[in-house]
Amino acid sequence: MSLLIKNAVIVNADGEKKASQDILIKGSTIEKIGKDLSADGVKVVDASGKKVLPGFIDLHCHLREPGQEHKETIETGCRAAVKGGFTSLFCMPNTRPPIDNGMIVEGVIKEARRVGLANVYPVGAISKGQNSQEMVDMYEMKAAGCLALSDDGKAVNNSQLMLLALRYADMVGLLLMEHCQDPLISGKGVMNEGLTASVLGMRGDPGVSETVIVGRDIELANYVQARIHLSHISLKRSCELIRFAKSQGVRVTAEACPHHFTLTDEAVKGFDPNTKVNPPLRTADDVEAIKAALADGTLDCVSTDHAPHTLEDKEEGFDHAPFGISGFETAFGLCVTHLVRTKVLTLAGLVDKMCQSPARIAGLKNKGRIEEGADADLVIVDTEAEWEVRKEDFVSKGKNSPFFGWKLHGLVEKTICGGKVVFER
Amino acid sequence: MELKHFIDTQDFSKKELLDLIELIRMIKSADKQGATPRLLPDASLAMLFEEPSTRTRISFELAAKRLSADTLNISASASSLSKGESVLDTARNIEAMNVDMIVVRHKSAGVPKILADHLSSSIINAGDGCRAHPTQALLDMFTIREKLGRIEGLKVGIIGDILHSRVARSNIVGLTKMGAQVTVCGPSTLIPIGIEQMGARKTYCVDDVVAESDVLIFLRLQRERQEEQFLPSIREYAQVFGVGPERLKKAKKNVVIMHPGPTNRGVELTAEVADDPRSVILDQVTNGVAVRMAVLYLLAGAQR
Repeated sequence: MSLLIKNAVIVNADGEKKASQDILIKGSTIEKIGKDLSADGVKVVDASGKKVLPGFIDLHCHLREPGQEHKETIETGCRAAVKGGFTSLFCMPNTRPPIDNGMIVEGVIKEARRVGLANVYPVGAISKGQNSQEMVDMYEMKAAGCLALSDDGKAVNNSQLMLLALRYADMVGLLLMEHCQDPLISGKGVMNEGLTASVLGMRGDPGVSETVIVGRDIELANYVQARIHLSHISLKRSCELIRFAKSQGVRVTAEACPHHFTLTDEAVKGFDPNTKVNPPLRTADDVEAIKAALADGTLDCVSTDHAPHTLEDKEEGFDHAPFGISGFETAFGLCVTHLVRTKVLTLAGLVDKMCQSPARIAGLKNKGRIEEGADADLVIVDTEAEWEVRKEDFVSKGKNSPFFGWKLHGLVEKTICGGKVVFER
Repeated sequence: MELKHFIDTQDFSKKELLDLIELIRMIKSADKQGATPRLLPDASLAMLFEEPSTRTRISFELAAKRLSADTLNISASASSLSKGESVLDTARNIEAMNVDMIVVRHKSAGVPKILADHLSSSIINAGDGCRAHPTQALLDMFTIREKLGRIEGLKVGIIGDILHSRVARSNIVGLTKMGAQVTVCGPSTLIPIGIEQMGARKTYCVDDVVAESDVLIFLRLQRERQEEQFLPSIREYAQVFGVGPERLKKAKKNVVIMHPGPTNRGVELTAEVADDPRSVILDQVTNGVAVRMAVLYLLAGAQR
C-alpha cells in the first residue's frame, strides 16, 4: 500500500520548510520527499494550505485496559488519540491488574495491533503491584516490549527501592518515569494547597509533595548516573530544580501537560470535578513558569496525561471524584493556542515538544521526524482553523474535560500512522 | 616465611603466595601417600564460628587433626556469645586457657583483624562478613594451578552476588596479584561500587564472561545478607545470570568450573553444570584440607 501526500509544508523540530513538497510513502516508511513526485496506483492526499507534522508522541496517557474498560479501552483510546494527532502512545500501568509482568505487556501490545490505529508502548510498573516493595522482573518486561517503567498514579515511595531500581533499570536498558507526588505529603488533598483551597474549604495537596520527589529523584539519578524522566511537572519550583540539575549534567528529562499551562486552581471555584487532576492545577505563577520552562528546554516535552473517567465516576462531588482529565482531543489545540499563538514556542518548537523530544527520550529511532527512511507517522494540521471544544464531539469514553466551550486554534485534519490514514475529519 | 596471623590475601606478595602454593602441593602429596608429618603435636586450636559453616569448619578441624593438634569448637549458639559476651571477650577467655591458634568466622568485617590486634594467639580468618576469606582464595588459586598449571595470564570470571561475597573480594586480590585477569558478572545492584579500581573488570553479560573465561567461579545469592530488594526475583536472576547447559556450550573446551559452596542448584548454575566433567567443585573441597594444613603449619612455626 502506498500513499502520496502532495503539496506538504513539512514542519520538523528544526524548522518549517518554506516551499511545499510531496511525500511518498511505501508501506509504513517514508520513501521519498521531493518536488512533483508521482507514482502509479497510489492514493493521493492533497495537503495544500495545511501543514504536515510528524505524528505526535505521548509519553504519558491512560488507556485503562485491562480492567477499567468502562472508562476507556485500547480501541476507544486509540481512536481519540489519532483524532488528536497522536500516533505513538505510552500508556501507564495503573490498570487492573497493573501492567507488572510480561504477559500483560504482550496482551496490551496484541490488542493495540488488532485495533491498528496507533503505536502503543505499554509502560510497565516499577514495582510489583505498584506497591513500592519489590521490583518487577525488568528483563522480562523489556523482552515483552516495554521501553519504560513507571509506578504512575503514585511515586515510588520507598527511596531505597527507587535507588536500586534505577541501578537495575540502567543495566537492563529501561527508562524509569516518575509520578512526582509523595503520597504521605499529599494525603487526602484534592486540589492545590493554597488560598483558593482555603477559601473553598477543600483539603489541600501541598506543592512540596511534588518537589521533594523531583529533588529526590534528581539526586538518585545523579548518584546512580542513570536516566530519569519526570512526568507531568506542574510547579515553578520543580522547573527550577530540573533546570539546575540539567545544568549540572544530571540525566533528567521532564514533561508538562496542557492543563498545567492553561488552567490555575481558580478553575476549581466552580466545583467542576473535571478540574480535579493529579498533580493538581496550580497558580498563575506556576503556569507562567511551566511555559518558560518549555521555552528554555527545561521541560523537554508535552504529554497529555489523558485520564478518562466516566460521567458517573465524576458525579460523586469534587471530594470523591477520581483525578484526571481526558486530554487526547484537546492537546494540540491547547498547545497551538496557548504556546504557539502566544509565541512561547514556534510551531517547530512545538514539534520538538510533541514529536522529536519524546522520540529521543523513549528511544524511538525512526519516529519524531519527517525524513526519508523514517516511519510514516504523520499528521496534517490546520494551525489557523478555529474550533470549539464540545463534549458531543469527544470520541474518548472519557468526557471529563474542563475545556468544553473553549475556542481553540489548531485542528488535526488527517492522521497517518504506519502509512495508513487512521483519522480524517 | 614466618607468619603470626592469617587475616587477608592482601598481606602476601606474589612470591609468598607461590611459596604457599608449593607448600600446599607438598603437604597434599605427602598426605595422599599417608605420610602426613605430625607437625603440630603440642598445638591447640580453637574454632570460633559465629556464622554457619560446613566446608571451612570441617576442613580446619581435619587439617588440625591430621597434624595432631588439639581442636575445640565454639559456635555462637552454644557459647557465651549468645549471652551477650563480645567476641573479643570470648576470644580473650579462650586465650586464657592457653590456646595457640584461633580460627574465627564472623558476620562483621574486620573482627579477625581486631582480635589479632588484641591477642597474642595466632588468628586465622575463616571469613569475615563480606570482606575476606583468604583460605578460600588460597584453595581456589591452588586448584586453578593444579588444573591448568598456571594462574598468570588466565581469564577468570566470577559470576553472581559480588556485593556480598568475601570469596570474590579475596579472589580478586589474590588472582590479580598472581597475574590473572578477573571479570565479575552479576546484576548491577549486586556489584560493589568501584570494582574496577579493585582490579576487576565488570560485565552484565553472562554469555560474554562464559565464552571468554578459562575459569568460571560461581557464587550463590547470599539471601541472608540481603535485607534490601536487590533483585526483582530469583526467577529472573536464574534466567538472566544463571548458567545451564545451553550457556555452557559457549565456554572454552577446557574451562574450569568452580564454586566455593554452598551451591544453590537451579539458581546460579544448574545441576548439569555443577556435575559437568569440567567441574572441580569437589576438588576444591578436597584441597581445602591441604590448604588449611599448610596455613596451620606456618602459624605453628610462629608460635614456637
